[in-house]
Amino acid sequence: MKSVRLLWVPMVLLVVVLAGWWWHAHTTEQSTLIATQDVSAMLKDPAVIAKGRYLATVSDCMSCHTQQGGEPYAGGRVIPTPFGNIPAPNITSDPEHGVGRWSFDDFWRALHSGIGRSGERLYPAFPYTSFTKTTPEDAIAIFAYLQSLPPAAQASEPPGLNFPYNVRSTLNAWRALYFKPGVYKPDPAQSAEWNRGAYLVQGLGHCDECHAQRDALGGLQGNAPLSGGQIPVQDWYAPDLSTQANGGLQGWTQQDIVDLLKTGQSSKGTAFGPMANVVGSSTQYLHDDDLRAIAIYLQSLPARAKLVPVAASFDSKALADHGHDIYVKRCADCHGENGAGLANVYPPLDGNSSVLEPSGINAARAVLLGGFAPLTQGNPRPYSMPPYAQQLSDADVAAVVTYIRQAWSNHAPAVEERDVAAYRHTPID
Amino acid sequence: MLPLALLLGGLAHADAPSVPDTLQQRIAACTTCHGVHGEGAQNGDLFPRLAGKPVAYLTLQLQNFQRGLRKYAPMEYTVRQLSPEYMHEIAEYFAAQQVPYQSSGVPNLAPSVLQRGQQVVTSGDPSRQVPPCQACHGKQLTGTQPSVPGLVGLPYDYISAQLGSWRTGTRGSKAPDCMSEIANRLAPTDITAVAAWLASQSVPADVHPQAANAITPPLRCGVLDSQGGGA
Ligand code: HEC
Ligand code: HEC
Ligand code: HEC
Ligand code: HEC
Ligand code: HEC
Repeated sequence: MKSVRLLWVPMVLLVVVLAGWWWHAHTTEQSTLIATQDVSAMLKDPAVIAKGRYLATVSDCMSCHTQQGGEPYAGGRVIPTPFGNIPAPNITSDPEHGVGRWSFDDFWRALHSGIGRSGERLYPAFPYTSFTKTTPEDAIAIFAYLQSLPPAAQASEPPGLNFPYNVRSTLNAWRALYFKPGVYKPDPAQSAEWNRGAYLVQGLGHCDECHAQRDALGGLQGNAPLSGGQIPVQDWYAPDLSTQANGGLQGWTQQDIVDLLKTGQSSKGTAFGPMANVVGSSTQYLHDDDLRAIAIYLQSLPARAKLVPVAASFDSKALADHGHDIYVKRCADCHGENGAGLANVYPPLDGNSSVLEPSGINAARAVLLGGFAPLTQGNPRPYSMPPYAQQLSDADVAAVVTYIRQAWSNHAPAVEERDVAAYRHTPID
Repeated sequence: MLPLALLLGGLAHADAPSVPDTLQQRIAACTTCHGVHGEGAQNGDLFPRLAGKPVAYLTLQLQNFQRGLRKYAPMEYTVRQLSPEYMHEIAEYFAAQQVPYQSSGVPNLAPSVLQRGQQVVTSGDPSRQVPPCQACHGKQLTGTQPSVPGLVGLPYDYISAQLGSWRTGTRGSKAPDCMSEIANRLAPTDITAVAAWLASQSVPADVHPQAANAITPPLRCGVLDSQGGGA
């Protein structure tokens, strides 16, 4: 592992040098064009602070910037990446450890340009690649809210990264390849609602940070936005969000999307894994018109190319038959023999995007982990599913997951025993 | 709020499976491991009994898993999103269950080890500043309301694993964490002795936790400071 990684070093360094040059040649500091005295008045305005609180919820700043059981926004939660662990820093108003001494310009450079207060390049585990779309007015509101938070005197941890990724200047190369700073530009051909949805999804909501495939350097390039991808290290699959032909959410209505984001449940499926956290700490609190705007935008995503069915590497019929027996015994009581579930209690498995997603990870992990549907204001006492990690062998999980991926109207590739063995040991986060 | 009509509509749907609207049905995840009545199970991992334990104690443990003070990944995943109200309701369910204790095995140890265990539980070990366990867990060792759990009827493996977790930091509670203090003061051989003696005692007929005023804790415990416990 180590030696393979070191082979990269000369190449990365070369790219760094070239890109560093490119970067200096091509960047000009963006200014927000809002006069300083207006900014300082806005930072103290209670209405601006309240708006900032809402926008910080939309962007879910808190869930990264808060440790399990820790002070809100005081930092410490570690974001795992294939390149190492990156802790999110303290962003409370603490002058020593937080952003208490930051000016709005400092904050704007971080949010809009991914540059820290001392000019250091920030790691894109902080999703500034999406946040760059935020308007200056919204950025001021978020900053005003952070400044209104009680100071928490908790020192931020340094990142634990492997060479060469621990050299922040290598990020110049990365940025040259993957980062285009720029505030969202409304599309005049579209409705105001559509534009609001696009702004929220592409910008503050940073949906694409999970819902698109990353390449070997952790960039989001070359794939259609929101076309689905596996989240590195955490091993969940965030599905394609197109509702049109061959899309991951094919057949989802506007109401289904709104229900899922607001309550964690919909007639098409239930949020779980990282999406349950997104719903629990962020989208359930969105105003109805913002949820509708998001749904309208997602519904406009284009149809996708039909996936060429991969020739099965083995005959999965026997596996699926064994899976059927397990399903009838263990699962049908809740999800129904016909896979239709029970409205607002148990999700349907027929046509479920997380059962059908290409990798099979989500269904396998759902079976291993079980758990509660997200707890939201709309569903304060959710039902739950038993975890099967302790009751079913890897072979049995592979069988029942293969069965649900191929039963009813579902046609997705089989899942193999060795895949399940790997997911069983994925850390839970 | 979720429209009630929608929910009822769903339940009334003809060919859909019917599901009772009970807490027991909602918490299928918990009962798979801990048993429908919280009787506990030994199934590779050791799933502790929850039945009859004090409500505030159970609620606090759920919060401790949620905050990462107490570590066991499947529990942390299951409770990560539950609200304080829901956790309290679930704790009440298990606290109210009355099911007989199952006997569990005790390793074969010399009588002197069991005697040593009894001595620590009833008199403590002043040389290591270990107070008697009875001082907080009650004369009958059935626990005290609202936050001290009983020590009777617990399996040997569970007691020694929990005392070990306090020493390695994978179990913690509200500071000052008196049990962590005590577990670290105990000699490793005494952990074996105490766990073995406790697990070999027969369970008294009345297993209800004693009233709060039955004890005067010899050490400060965060969980006993505010007698409301974690709820
Ligand atoms: C997906 C996780 C994630 C989300 C969501 C997130 N951040 Fe961060 N943020 C990070 C990480 C990780 C860093 C550290 C980056 C580094 O060390 O280069 C960071 C760094 C920062 C910094 C720089 C702090 C410093 O001391 O240099 C600021 C300011 C910041 N984030 C603000 C925000 C705000 C405001 C939001 C919401 C609009 C937000 N973050 C949302 C993960 C996140
Ligand atoms: C932290 C990663 C992450 C972020 C950020 C994220 N998602 Fe997801 N999302 C997932 C994963 C993983 C799944 C698959 C699990 C599931 O179905 O709930 C998912 C599933 C979904 C689903 C389908 C749910 C179902 O039941 O099939 C929708 C709709 C969705 N996400 C919308 C969004 C929107 C809109 C945003 C931005 C506001 C967003 N997501 C942000 C990870 C994420
Ligand atoms: C006691 C009822 C119950 C049983 C039994 C049950 N489930 Fe579930 N299942 C649920 C609930 C509730 C959820 C939503 C949980 C969540 O969101 O985390 C769920 C979610 C799922 C999901 C994710 C789909 C989604 O949209 O959230 C899959 C896949 C799944 N179950 C498969 C199975 C299989 C396979 C079995 C049998 C081995 C099974 N379930 C047994 C209640 C049950
Ligand atoms: C995968 C199996 C599993 C599931 C699911 C599970 N638990 Fe546990 N639970 C355990 C294990 C194992 C322990 C002991 C962990 C340890 O060693 O500290 C435990 C510990 C506990 C404790 C502490 C007991 C004590 O006496 O200190 C409580 C309370 C508890 N669980 C309640 C619940 C509730 C409520 C749920 C559902 C929300 C649940 N558990 C779901 C396995 C599980
Ligand atoms: C100063 C009071 C005090 C004394 C003395 C004390 N305990 Fe405890 N004990 C507690 C409290 C409080 C808890 C609940 C801790 C928590 O909230 O996690 C507890 C919990 C426990 C548990 C966990 C039970 C379960 O169901 O998970 C064990 C085991 C235990 N004590 C063993 C002992 C032993 C053995 C001794 C004597 C060597 C002892 N205790 C002495 C206060 C005390």
